[in-house]
Parts: sequence; C-alpha cells; structure tokens
Amino acid sequence: MKDAFGAPQSLLILGGTSEIALATARRLIARRTRTVWLAGRPSPALERDAEHLRALGADVRTLAFDALDPESHETVLGKVFTEGDLDMVLLAFGVLGDQARDEREPVAAARIAQTNYTGAVSALLVCARALQTQGHGSLVVLSSVAGERARRSNFIYGSSKAGLDAFAQGLGDALHGTGVHVMVVRPGFVRTKMTAGRAEGPLATTPEAVATAVEVGLRRRSETVWVPGALRLVMAVLRHVPRAVFRRLPI
Amino acid sequence: MPADTASDPDGSASDPAEPVSVTGWGRTAPTTARVVRPRTYEEAAAAVRACGVRGGIARGLGRAYGDAAQNAGGAVLDMTGLDRVHAIDVDGGTVLCDAGVSLHRLMEVLLPLGWFVPVTPGTRQVTVGGAIGADIHGKNHHVSGSFARHVLSFELLTADGAIRTVGRGTPLFDATAGGMGLTGVILTATVRLQPVETSLMSVDTERTADLDDLMARLTATDHRYRYSVAWIDLLARGRSTGRSVLTRGEHAPLDALPPRARRRPLAFRPPRFPSAPAFVPEGLLGRGTVGLFNELWYRKAPRARTGELQRIPAFFHPLDGVPHWNRIYGRGGFVQYQFVVGHGREEALRRIVRRIAERRCPSFLAVLKRFGEGDPGWLSFPMPGWTLALDIPANLPRLGAFLDELDEEVAGAGGRVYLAKDARLRPELLADMYPRLTEFRELRAELDPRGVFTSDLSRRLDL
Repeated sequence: MKDAFGAPQSLLILGGTSEIALATARRLIARRTRTVWLAGRPSPALERDAEHLRALGADVRTLAFDALDPESHETVLGKVFTEGDLDMVLLAFGVLGDQARDEREPVAAARIAQTNYTGAVSALLVCARALQTQGHGSLVVLSSVAGERARRSNFIYGSSKAGLDAFAQGLGDALHGTGVHVMVVRPGFVRTKMTAGRAEGPLATTPEAVATAVEVGLRRRSETVWVPGALRLVMAVLRHVPRAVFRRLPI
Repeated sequence: MPADTASDPDGSASDPAEPVSVTGWGRTAPTTARVVRPRTYEEAAAAVRACGVRGGIARGLGRAYGDAAQNAGGAVLDMTGLDRVHAIDVDGGTVLCDAGVSLHRLMEVLLPLGWFVPVTPGTRQVTVGGAIGADIHGKNHHVSGSFARHVLSFELLTADGAIRTVGRGTPLFDATAGGMGLTGVILTATVRLQPVETSLMSVDTERTADLDDLMARLTATDHRYRYSVAWIDLLARGRSTGRSVLTRGEHAPLDALPPRARRRPLAFRPPRFPSAPAFVPEGLLGRGTVGLFNELWYRKAPRARTGELQRIPAFFHPLDGVPHWNRIYGRGGFVQYQFVVGHGREEALRRIVRRIAERRCPSFLAVLKRFGEGDPGWLSFPMPGWTLALDIPANLPRLGAFLDELDEEVAGAGGRVYLAKDARLRPELLADMYPRLTEFRELRAELDPRGVFTSDLSRRLDL
C-alpha cells in the first residue's frame, strides 16, 4: 500500500533498463519500496540492473516482457498481479530511433510507433484493469515534451509520444474515481545513454531529477508532471507559436 | 475529488456494488471499496460471508486518521447502521449497545440519567466499535486507562460467520482491544459507565513556560485530576520550546454550580457551527498563520485560573463544533503523528519536541499527555509515559523522511506510534514498537486463516 505521502511499497517497471526508471526505483527504495519487478527483454543488462537494486535492499525480480508482442501482455503482466498488490506501475519503455534514417526506412519508423505507442496501449490497459481490481495504485507513464508539439527534428518519436500521452490522459480520466491514479510525466531533454551524443536541448535534465519529480507527483497525486517544471510554461507558449515560425525555431 | 464523498460513506444512498473512494480523517491515500451498510446482525454476517478475496473491514465514523478503515478493492462495512442502545443499567452504571452507536449518542442518552462514558477522545464522533478496535484513550488515561478497560464484554462476528461473546481477560478480547478491526466485526458491547452529578466540568488552567516546566507540573500534580491534557506550542523555539497551556479538570459536583444552572444540571446541548468549506486552498495553514494562532492561543490563556466551569463539548471536543474540520488542510490532507515514550525517556521526548520546533512544522493541534498504566490489549497504544500528538499538513516537503527519523527516536526509546492515527509508519519498526505483534498475528492466522478481515493498514504494515 502507498503511505500518506504516496510512497509505494511495490513497483513494476515496464522497460526495466530505462535509466529514468532505475533512478526512480532507487529513490523509491530509499523510501518504502521493498518489492520491484523489472520487466524487459531478457538481457545481461536487465539482470545487472536488478542486482544493483537488490544491493539497495529491495526484493527484485526480472520478467521477460516485450513491448512489441501485445498478445503476450495479458499473460505476462497478469501473472505479476497474481503474486500480490502492485502499488505503482511505471511505464518507461520507449525507443528514440534515428530521425534521418527512420524517414528513409518506413519499417524502422513503424517499429518506433509500435513500441512507444501500440505496445504501451496494450500494456497500460492490462495494468489498468488489474489495478482497478485491487482498488488502488498509480500508473506512471513516461511521456515526453517531444509529444507536446511535433518538431521537424524528431517527429517520428514525437508523434509516438503524442499518441501515448493522449492515451494516458484519456485513461486517467476513465479511471478517475476508481482508486487508480494515472500520472503523465513529460520530461524535456534527459541526459541518458539513449540521448548520448545528441545535441542537448534547452532545460536539459537528469534521470535523478525526473525521479524526484515522480516522487513529488505521487505525493501530490498529480496528473501531469513536467521536468523541469519550467517546461510547463515554455511549452504553453510554444504550443501557440504559428507553424511558419515554429518550423524555423532552432529546437 | 472522490475522497470527499468518502469521508463519511453513506451506504443508504449509494449502490453497494459500486466501489467508492474511501479515506481516513486525514484525507490521504484514497482507495476504493464497496461500502455496505448492514442494518441487522444477519446483514452484517451476510456481508462478511460475501466479502470475496479482497476481504472486508468494519468502519465506524471514519475518525481514524490513516488507512485503518479502508480496504482497497474489497468491502468496507459501514457499521453506523447498527445504532441501537439496547439496555441501560441505571443503578449499576452499564450500557449494552450496538457497535455503531456513537459516543455522542451515548452522551445524549446517558447524561440525563447521571452517567458519562468512561473514556472519551477529542471527538464524540466515534463509534463504540471503533473505540474498542483502536482501544482509544482520553484525558483521563492516567486515572482510568483506555476504553477497552471499561468494556465488560462484546459480541464479535468472526471470519467463520459465527457470533462469539467475548469476555474480559480472554486472548480474543485482548487481541480485539486495539486490534484495528482485524479479528472480526464487533456487533454489540457492554460498557461500564462513569457517574456524574452534572454535565459541567470544573477546569483549572495554567500556562507553562517550557516543556520541562510542563512535565514537572504533570508529574507533581496530575494525580489530583481525573482529566488532564496540555496544548503545546510546537512552533516556539529557544527558551520557550514546548511552552504549553495545561488544562485539567473534574466533573463539577452539583454544589459547584450557580443556582440557575442547578435547575438543569445534566443538560447536554452541544453547539454546532457551519461546516468547513469543501474547498480550502493548500497552504492556508502555513508557518505564518499557525505561528500567529499559536502565539495568540498561548497569550490568551490565563496564567493560572481554577474552578472555571466549562461544558463537556468545550472541554473535551472543541473541534466537534465544526463539521468536516479536517478539510482546512486542503486537498493534500494531513497526517497526525502520535507517539508515546516511557517514563525515564524524557530526553527522547525533549529531543523530538526540539526537532519539530526547529523543523518549523506548522502544527496548531499538538497535545501532550502523561499516560497511566498500560492496557492489556495486545496492540493497545498506551504505555506509562508521555504521549505527544500533532497534526501536520501532508504536503510539507520531505515530511515522510522527517517522520521516519522521529520514528527511529521513538523506537530507540522503547516507545511506539498509534496505529489509529498512522498512515506512514515504516513496517519494519512495527514489531519493535508492539512486542506482542507475533501473538496477534498467530491468533489471526488461526481465527481467520483466509484473511477475510483485511484493511489497507493491515496490508501496509503486514499486521
């Protein structure tokens, strides 16, 4: 059960090697989290990440999960919920792709959409139903500021996050009053291995900062969290910039 | 916000199959449950049988601050529909009533007959069942002990669907007293009462300069009073850390009343003010406002006054006059932190008070009391020593970690926190604080192997 400050005791991470997710897990283990499930494609990295979290004192288990195989989600994720309540599910999987290459390879572009959006849709629906049955829990969805308004430089990734973001908002409204809390997290540029070598955007942030924002959001039962918080204002302005101007902006 | 519908679930109005959001009095951590409101013992038994895999838990008037009377995904049995007073022994001073009867109702019925409830907490809006389940205490703990000490027997609906009569001194009695509803659903109870000549209190008030002054006065003269509690200013720092207003009193004897009041010495008419508004902005109760309130409250108290006549609501239940006062903390809600440390552990108490004062927690409802003998309930909270209770807005940054540190102090001093108020204790500390937890778990495993009686509290702390 979550405590009065929204700190969960058990956590399921979809996308178990995500740096943001792991930073969040570390932060929550320092509070109340004792059980962690890391779901992801089986890999030495996933096991290594699990080991790191174990060293912090949590009971960590890994779970073979593939976002690109929605047919399996019901079985794979359903099994986790039969082993006990989950206070929080963190949807953290996602691929960034390579905009220039993906524009030339439609199949690669479609895979980004399938992972970030289609895969998330089925995983979220499976988790939402299970959380609703247990009558409590938070569903935290890592969206992106890139989904707020598609940009020339990364609209394939951006559009997949836009879809995810819209879906998560709708799901949050559908689950309002059921005891299940859906929180959409929109980080800006986060310095991780996924973004290594790319030009840093303005207001760049770190996985730890996102983790802190998630913890605060859980306490406040927020529905939308921007990291850093200033992005809320920045994007409120950018959203209304005329197209002709927007496409010329160096962002 | 769904939590609003929750503070007092009205089962008669809502469809019992439809889950509703439920919180404790602190309005934190809402979860949803089916709320069923049995009107008869048979309906209660049927509700327990129909609980399903997520179990059920009894709920009274929802005054537990944390998650004791919520049950995510399961059933919550709203017991306020079982509200009959069955029999009053006017000569012997006992009452037999349903568990859903409130202490408010008991006072209305009993005071005209010259009897008072044996123990009342800071609110009359608790049920008899809840009073036993949390084994509540009041300002008279140093003399009279906790509520269950005055309960002669009760009827308990257990997980197997049976109704057992449970008498004092049995393991099931001691597990249920303070057992947070996890042994079963209390249906009726027989309670021993306190005789009174009038419905007024004779109150002595004094101001103390600091915490040590307060503790010295309590140690020296508390035994002279039946009721005693100190309001403590936790925002005062430096030399006045822990300055307090100590109020102690007795039921006023008939001859203490002025002639006019003697005509109706047992009148009981609690005042009622408008409710707190449904929406209060966050942070209304910040350091500025609370600091100002505390300063005024301390200054307005007389340095020393004796024999003042006060009505029962004013003396015991000042907040009951404002329905939904818990809304004043805004949407984020609040936590109440109450702990006790034993005699000889005053240093721990001093350290904690100092830390709270230095942390500048905006707390205007902080009270300190000296407890008497401990109570037999296995999970009963009181132990001989000092208890401090304070309200804190839940949205205060890093409050969780701060309270964890206080927990360590409390546990290190052999003390404990009160489960009826808890919404955030680290589960690992529970066994240190409640040494009879193992027995409690064993009895529960035997009596309720399927875990029919489950609450968010029991899940969170693995009770």
